[in-house]
Amino acid sequence: MSTATTTPPASRHTPLSQRSPGSGVRRIKDRAASVLLTAAMVVAMIPLILIIFEVTRRGIGVVNLDFLTQTEPPPRREGGGYAAGFVGTLYIMALAILMSIPFGIATAVYIVEYGPNRLTRVIRFFTDVMTGIPSIFVGLFVYGLLVIGWGGLGFGTFTGAVAIAVMMLPIVTRSAEEMLRLVPNEIRNASYGLGARKWQTIVHTVLPAAAPGLTTGSMLAVARGIGETAPLLMTAFGSGLIVTAFQGEAQGAVPMQLYRGAMQPFEAGIDRAWGAALCLFLLVLLFTVIARWIGSRASVGNR
Amino acid sequence: MSTEAREAPQAPEDSQRGTLHSGRGRFADPVFKWIVAVCGTTVLIILALMVIRTTSEAWPVFAKEGFFGFLLGESWNPGGSRTEITGTYGAWPFIYGTMITSVIAIAIALPLSVMVAVYLTHLAPRRLAKPLSYTVELLAAVPSVIFGLWGLHWFLPNVLRPFFDGLEAVLGWFFLFEGPVRGVGYLPAGIVLGIMILPIMTAIIREVVAVQPVEQQMAAYALGSTRWEVITKVILPASFSGIVAAAMLGLGRALGETIAVLMLIGGSQSWGASLFGTGSSMASHIAATFGESSPESRIALMAIGVALFLVTMIVNILARVIVWRLGQITGDAAV
Repeated sequence: MSTATTTPPASRHTPLSQRSPGSGVRRIKDRAASVLLTAAMVVAMIPLILIIFEVTRRGIGVVNLDFLTQTEPPPRREGGGYAAGFVGTLYIMALAILMSIPFGIATAVYIVEYGPNRLTRVIRFFTDVMTGIPSIFVGLFVYGLLVIGWGGLGFGTFTGAVAIAVMMLPIVTRSAEEMLRLVPNEIRNASYGLGARKWQTIVHTVLPAAAPGLTTGSMLAVARGIGETAPLLMTAFGSGLIVTAFQGEAQGAVPMQLYRGAMQPFEAGIDRAWGAALCLFLLVLLFTVIARWIGSRASVGNR
Repeated sequence: MSTEAREAPQAPEDSQRGTLHSGRGRFADPVFKWIVAVCGTTVLIILALMVIRTTSEAWPVFAKEGFFGFLLGESWNPGGSRTEITGTYGAWPFIYGTMITSVIAIAIALPLSVMVAVYLTHLAPRRLAKPLSYTVELLAAVPSVIFGLWGLHWFLPNVLRPFFDGLEAVLGWFFLFEGPVRGVGYLPAGIVLGIMILPIMTAIIREVVAVQPVEQQMAAYALGSTRWEVITKVILPASFSGIVAAAMLGLGRALGETIAVLMLIGGSQSWGASLFGTGSSMASHIAATFGESSPESRIALMAIGVALFLVTMIVNILARVIVWRLGQITGDAAV
């Protein structure tokens, strides 16, 4: 350090601060690193582009009105569609939404509006932990609890919906919690100042103020729920026919049917699986994009 | 968290209200609180039920094989009994499959996600940064069954298969890359798994990298550092624990991922050192054999589920603790 006053001799001991960053090995290293990082970004984008391209290319020829309205013939035969899966997915998702979203939002209300106390901290921690539970384990749990366990309900729409709801619940709760925290305290104070009680403040002021954010979180959870396959295998079980029973009859769903179509050897069945992949992808994309759009619009409007 | 620091608004007490307000609202308040508290506690009840129900269901298997006997046993011969445990249940082949695919996935996703995160926060043109990170996040929204379909019917035959053949020709003498190349196996499953956990890891690392104090970086630049030196000597060392947390959350995902692995791993019940070999992961074995299993072997599958749950819980809780310690980041991306 003390010798740093003179012009550095061409030795290996030149301090970094005296070497020009614009020359020599360091510059080359820097340039190389920039290229490497950019390349990494490109590599990370490639799978998504490939998936979108391939799913669209193989799926577009399969999806038509028949695909949405007819049930699947044996895998060897062409034509027909995933009507059973669509009905099943719609049915299961409707039930799962009814179960998970009110519960999730209520949990978030409890955490944010009545916390922080010891119970809310515990709930919050385990909600975080719950996002990491393997989906297959959720399936096993619902199987053990409802399908063969208490009540012995058997496979069906309801048990499938319970499994999906358990998967969605922590996602809804976490995002709703963030959104409720964003509601400024001034709004709550104003409401109290007008004489509103706590429940009135929450129901009539806080929740409406957070509504766009809550919608975003719920839609992202739905997008996640639609694609779940593993827990349905052991709770709804799958069916190639349209099932309208609430419980007791094995129910189908698009992702399950897609999986079975993809794993059998006949070309016609695989083609239909690509069609289902396109539908599923569009659904998920639609929900994700709309959710983000609502979310971003709301956050601009708030400020 | 920031709102907690400020004083939370309080509803006026009943004594502060006039007699005008003594009506039904008085009872609505505690009732409302009760309802949301019960909903909140449901999460805990569900988790407790999960642990109790599955463990008690799977208990006979653990009792017969012993906990470590079950984990390390190498043969899986389900019996057909309805009432007792008659088969042999050793989960080692599936545990090995889970470990090896997860290690491959992390080996691919960790360096890539660090580089992408650094690129997004420090290198990307301002206008591109946001759309690019949205696109990476979009990858997280793709259902795993689509990854499986794409992996099995496009990625494997068109990209991985030729690559594997080349790898086998060059490195075939090395035990990890011993032939024959069958197509499906540990390696393709691990690679696709790596792609799947990339977005979640990138999202967390990006958050961690983004909150590193700018002053230190400015100081380093002022001392004449190049961007590369700032990244490797200032930003990454400070982000280390966040990167570890991200890797663990990614690992948690990889351990539990079912359908995509199931479609790509080959589904055999044996295990071998070669990465080209076929096998099963814990999750994929459960999903693959559940449908046509006897009641007895479903109990054994439940035992695998319990073991898998234990491991993912440990990994996840450790990761969460690290993330919570970091404080500044929300960990939202992990949802």
